[in-house]
Amino acid sequence: MLNFTIRRLILSIPTLLFISLVIFMLLQLAPGDPMAQVPLTVPPEVKQKMREALGLGAPIHVQYFKWLYQFFVVEPSVFIDFLTNKSFLFGWLPDTHFSMTIDSVTGELVQKQRVISWQTRSPVMDIVMQRMPQTLWVVGLSYVVGILIAIPIGIYSAYRHYSLFDQAGTFVTMVGFSIPPFFTGPLLIVIFSVSLGWLPSIYDTTLIVDSWATFKIQLMQMIMPVMVLALQTTAQISRYMRSAMLDNLNQDYVRTARAKGLKESVVIMVHVLRNSMIPVVTVIALGMPAIFGGAIITENVFKVNGIGQLLLTALFANDLPMVMTLTFIFAILIVLFNLIADILYGVLDPRIRYD
Amino acid sequence: MTDQTSEMEVFGALQDKEPSKPPRSQWRDVWDQFRKHKGALFGGGFLLFITLGVLFGPYLWDLAPTKLDIRNKDWRPVYTLLWDSDVKAGWAHPFGTDQLGRDILSQMIHGGRVSMAVGWAAMVLSLLIGTAVGVAAGYFKRADFILMRLTDLVLSLPILPLVLLAVTLFRQPLTKFFGSPESGMFVLIVSVIALTSWMQTARIVRGDILALKEREFILAARSIGTTDGKIIRRHLLPNVISPIMVSATLGLATAIITESALSFLGVGFPSDFPTWGKLLSDAVNRMQEFPERVLLPGFLISMTVLSVNYLGDGLRDALDPRIRGR
Repeated sequence: MLNFTIRRLILSIPTLLFISLVIFMLLQLAPGDPMAQVPLTVPPEVKQKMREALGLGAPIHVQYFKWLYQFFVVEPSVFIDFLTNKSFLFGWLPDTHFSMTIDSVTGELVQKQRVISWQTRSPVMDIVMQRMPQTLWVVGLSYVVGILIAIPIGIYSAYRHYSLFDQAGTFVTMVGFSIPPFFTGPLLIVIFSVSLGWLPSIYDTTLIVDSWATFKIQLMQMIMPVMVLALQTTAQISRYMRSAMLDNLNQDYVRTARAKGLKESVVIMVHVLRNSMIPVVTVIALGMPAIFGGAIITENVFKVNGIGQLLLTALFANDLPMVMTLTFIFAILIVLFNLIADILYGVLDPRIRYD
Repeated sequence: MTDQTSEMEVFGALQDKEPSKPPRSQWRDVWDQFRKHKGALFGGGFLLFITLGVLFGPYLWDLAPTKLDIRNKDWRPVYTLLWDSDVKAGWAHPFGTDQLGRDILSQMIHGGRVSMAVGWAAMVLSLLIGTAVGVAAGYFKRADFILMRLTDLVLSLPILPLVLLAVTLFRQPLTKFFGSPESGMFVLIVSVIALTSWMQTARIVRGDILALKEREFILAARSIGTTDGKIIRRHLLPNVISPIMVSATLGLATAIITESALSFLGVGFPSDFPTWGKLLSDAVNRMQEFPERVLLPGFLISMTVLSVNYLGDGLRDALDPRIRGR
């Protein structure tokens, strides 16, 4: 198992490098000009200087390697410095200065060049860190809610196969699959914000939860985005859960368990459920990157300023370093969770051996 | 000779009295099973209705979707007359008009044309790529490793961000290349959707081909000197047609949703060119006064995708010979 994990980890390095190259080349082909927003009164030679200051004059491979260096060396070292200097958990460690370098002209200690967003002129990772909590709260909570609803539905509709509940469950799953979030979102807003006036239609990120009243407001504004996203998760996972349970319910070991007089609840909830969870757990793991990636459409509908919305605004503003970094972070997460799903499969199912 | 006839009479008792049933073709069985699935039947019917509607609708309802009629703007759908006789509504515009007086029924028919065309074209293209990759990887051992690594790579790309990226970046060059923004956008969206959705088909086809090519009938075909191309065309492809059809329905559903999502985010077709997603996103700003403008296109998208999904479900059951007998 360890062998397999190490092999897969090593194999994922060329995969990620290739993906980063693909994204980088795609962005190089982009016709947009980051100087398009600069006023026309700025003379062309100054514009050229500004372009070079952004690193646009250099050959493509130099730009690519610089980005790789910034992303893989500078950003992690900034993070380590933050951990040892300021964070609560590791602040007791001696302060490190990995990300600092001595300026060749002035001789002062300055921070190394980080990945800078063209739009805001601040480091990309700082903005990502600002946006992450909203995305994690809304999308992550919806994932948890979706799973909690989906698993009982899947179990019961498999147990009562072809019953009314199963038919209704299958129908709801199909509907959840088919209705896109850009329709459910406005639909919920029309019903609950416009007609009934119960819930706010816009997610207020500036709200600070420090009392019972603000907590209630926070809860109210999270209900609709969480429900829209949870419908999709529920549809997907309850379907897997149902088919996994159906596969297992006809197995011989279930008959044995019943024949030896075990209670029905024990047969279903212990014997069958544990075996059926194996594929479901991997599916859940495979869906995790989408949490961090945010839900571009849902965040846009409810005006949650999370990662997905950040990507969309960066795309429209031609902010290539931001787009590049965000897309690549998504790719890392997808590769990582694919690996985790494979390992989980091996850990949970003793019949599968990777060696 | 006489000996033989007498022998036949002896064994006559063993023969069946009734004539056996006439032989049934495979597709007849498939159809019979498919008919039992109510949802699939309904889905297929609705899909047929929508397809015919968007194909022949413009001839029946020949109002141009872009025709401005500013005096008759903001009409409500005709059914609002049922509970409120004061509203501006009437049979001249059954679904009402938008803020510029464009007829909504006509916009939905023309928008449906684009959405369905994008869906079908992207689905066919992604099936072609997926089947080609799957067959090549399953049949030719040398290509297998490279093609499957490629499939894994594409699978680990973040799809929606990349689609958004490609569409925003290549909008202008392709528009210039094709002369008009509509055809440029059409080619771009279809190819982007197809290039990011062929992987599942490729994986399924490869798995089936790997199992099929070890079977005796392939060995027999090879032993009488059938060429590789002919084995693939005559013997392998007909046997993988059912998983391909099932993934075709899934592909159609995702393509329609992706196109609408792109239009919704404002990176789809140009602004005077109606598609269902575009109609929906244009209407979101004024959905307090005119909720039907959001509901109608949203309902059409959802119903089309729902019926395609049900169709796929029914096809999966009908094409699986293990389920068919029951």
